[in-house]
Amino acid sequence: MEPIKLSFNVDGENFVSAGEASTAVKTTLKKMGFPGDTVRRVAIAMYEAEINMVIHAHGGTVDVEICPDKIVIVLADKGPGIPNIDLAMQEGYSTAPDDVRSLGFGAGMGLPNIKKYSDDLEIETELGVGTTLTITINC
Amino acid sequence: MTVTELAAACGFTPIHIADETAPIKGAYACDLLSWVIGRAEEGAALVTVMTNVNVIAVSVMAELPCVVLCESVTPDEVTLQKARDQGVSILSSSKPTYETCLAIGKVL
Repeated sequence: MEPIKLSFNVDGENFVSAGEASTAVKTTLKKMGFPGDTVRRVAIAMYEAEINMVIHAHGGTVDVEICPDKIVIVLADKGPGIPNIDLAMQEGYSTAPDDVRSLGFGAGMGLPNIKKYSDDLEIETELGVGTTLTITINC
Repeated sequence: MTVTELAAACGFTPIHIADETAPIKGAYACDLLSWVIGRAEEGAALVTVMTNVNVIAVSVMAELPCVVLCESVTPDEVTLQKARDQGVSILSSSKPTYETCLAIGKVL
């Protein structure tokens, strides 16, 4: 099977539409017959990354490659970058503003959740340039 | 126990029933959505006072078939429409979170 490729633009600072890309990928994986646990892990990891893009980076792009044995999600933004990845990976550490917290986000669980539900997480970030997350989930 | 059986047994008011036969396997109470998506077990009812549209998105991603809104808080139309579109049931409890969880715990 040739890999299936999907691409999305994530609208920054739009919390109503946040998650649409994740929902579309989840629906596609379900229709393709991927195991429920795999679909759930992809949905959770991608949603958290999508929300991070909306909170911190004014949106960005998502490219998803669906292979029989793995799903690779690449999220690229042109946001401020992550000053300290080790801190950002700690549960409870957050730089989200108060208005985001009032929506139930910004609890400092985004990146830890992504790592928890993925098999591999690579973070490339440069201050003032942007961040690219590559999330791999094996089937 | 199905979502409709849960509503009847606990005295919750159905605001929207997406799937009457959806099984409820447990419950998870929290208002921080990243905690919910990271820790709630698949099939759980989400007990919360949060009513924004992201509550439904998180429920969809984490495979939570039902949201129980405590203290009679009501969802806005955007949230309700998303619940209809995405197949998530919403129940309303007049009680605070603790008492709502106690009621669920007695019947599950």
